[in-house]
Amino acid sequence: MIESLIKSDTAELTQSTKKGAPVVLSTRVRLARNLANTPFPERASSSQRSDTLSKCAEQIASLGPMQQGAFFDVAELSDLEKQVLVERHLISRELCESESGSGVFINKDQTCSVMINEEDHLRIQFLKTGFNLRSVWKQIDRFDSSLEGGLDVAFSHEFGYLTACPTNLGTALRASVMLHLPGLVISDHMEKVIRAVNQLGITVRGLYGEGSDATGHVFQISNQQTLGESEEAIMSRLGNVFKSIIDHEINARFKYLEENRARLLDQIGRAFGVLQNAHVLNSNEALNLLSLMRLAVDFGMLPEDNRSDVDRLFIECQPGHIQYAAGEGIEPAARDLSRADKLRKEFMQLPSLDFDTVSDLT
Amino acid sequence: MAKNLKCSHCNKLATVHLTQIVNSKIIKVDLCEACAQAKGVTDPEGFSLADLLSKTNLVSEPSEAQLECSECGLTTADFRRTGRLGCASCYQTFAPLVRPVLEDMHAGTEHNGKIPEVAFTRQHSQAELDTLENALQRAIAEEAYEEAARFRDQIQSIKDAAESEAVHS
Repeated sequence: MIESLIKSDTAELTQSTKKGAPVVLSTRVRLARNLANTPFPERASSSQRSDTLSKCAEQIASLGPMQQGAFFDVAELSDLEKQVLVERHLISRELCESESGSGVFINKDQTCSVMINEEDHLRIQFLKTGFNLRSVWKQIDRFDSSLEGGLDVAFSHEFGYLTACPTNLGTALRASVMLHLPGLVISDHMEKVIRAVNQLGITVRGLYGEGSDATGHVFQISNQQTLGESEEAIMSRLGNVFKSIIDHEINARFKYLEENRARLLDQIGRAFGVLQNAHVLNSNEALNLLSLMRLAVDFGMLPEDNRSDVDRLFIECQPGHIQYAAGEGIEPAARDLSRADKLRKEFMQLPSLDFDTVSDLT
Repeated sequence: MAKNLKCSHCNKLATVHLTQIVNSKIIKVDLCEACAQAKGVTDPEGFSLADLLSKTNLVSEPSEAQLECSECGLTTADFRRTGRLGCASCYQTFAPLVRPVLEDMHAGTEHNGKIPEVAFTRQHSQAELDTLENALQRAIAEEAYEEAARFRDQIQSIKDAAESEAVHS
């Protein structure tokens, strides 16, 4: 079912032609919305759920961004297909486990997805590579307003947009940025950063959200609080925190380079060698090696064009993607072989690392 | 070693001590092994701050009045157990229980952001249209044709306005 999506040559996260930015992988904003006159998904009967689904689907399908999009009924997706969509950040784990009457709309370039009957009736998400809070907000705001044109959303002047869980009340907005922070991790500063931002009502999680670890030195940082501040205020506060984390990361990288030059270059060089020659790679090891390759691009040791390749491989080396590419039913051990094959082919085509550029950096 | 703390759910010896900082406020919860397991505190996948906040509120007020949502049937006990509401109307029924939870959870307790203006305008003009349609039907029935024509024009102008709005957006 999802084949056209995987093979798409316009997908934002895996086929981006942009050079990408150091540190920031992508920006995402999501809004939770509910219909006014029917129970929230968890409390709805199956006929109410399917009413909600068809009502929302009709309205969403009529909107501009979805004209060339696709709709998937969760009940019709295989477990593997669901896993692939989760790995592409297009659906949540919660949606995968939902009862009948859940679905997702995904637009052509996979920058917009709308989940129906997840925790809330609607979970709208827009994403873009790089650091783009403002422009992603503008897009999702416009989309949300046109959705209201045909749906009565649950709203109160006191509590704002009404959501199944009070943690999402008010703006029901969660803005997040995916940051690549090897400098802060290697120099042992990440704990401190997490503690500091937690105090500001900001959450730090791993690549795949709640409970996932920070493999590949990738962290998802987002606002915890949604009520009491306007969308602009939430995003400007978050934006300042992101900028300060990015500054700290860059400082940490240069400090580490200055103090441990040989060690860092050795790590990057070895990682490149492993990626070009390994025959067995599990997904954790692959992500950690790829993290060093992204760092190599940021340091100028590999051409900038290769940054988006590394970002694509972050996703394509996930277990679901490897399995999907190989066809169903491949054992974990065989997955590690085909992951290594894929990475060898990709990295054999790259120019060798340019260690000289690094000497000009400090 | 600190004094033996009791589980805040069942009064057994607490062996799991959780401290979280929200809005610079320190929240401490002590749980016994069994309750910690049951609440999912030891399982990083299933654990969320929101659930914990709602569950700790549960313990503190055993004798609280039982409310029930007239729309979806959610009860106070349901809300305390899951930390979630059942439908939009629940927020009226359970407002007194929701408000105190929000203080610890958010930057403020009142909405300060976007308002669904598009939906409000649409609902407003729909209500106006319904009134005018009724008036039109009545005027026709009473053979008050001059009045009927006036209502018909008003209806048309609201419809035109809605249409041009739709084209612009």
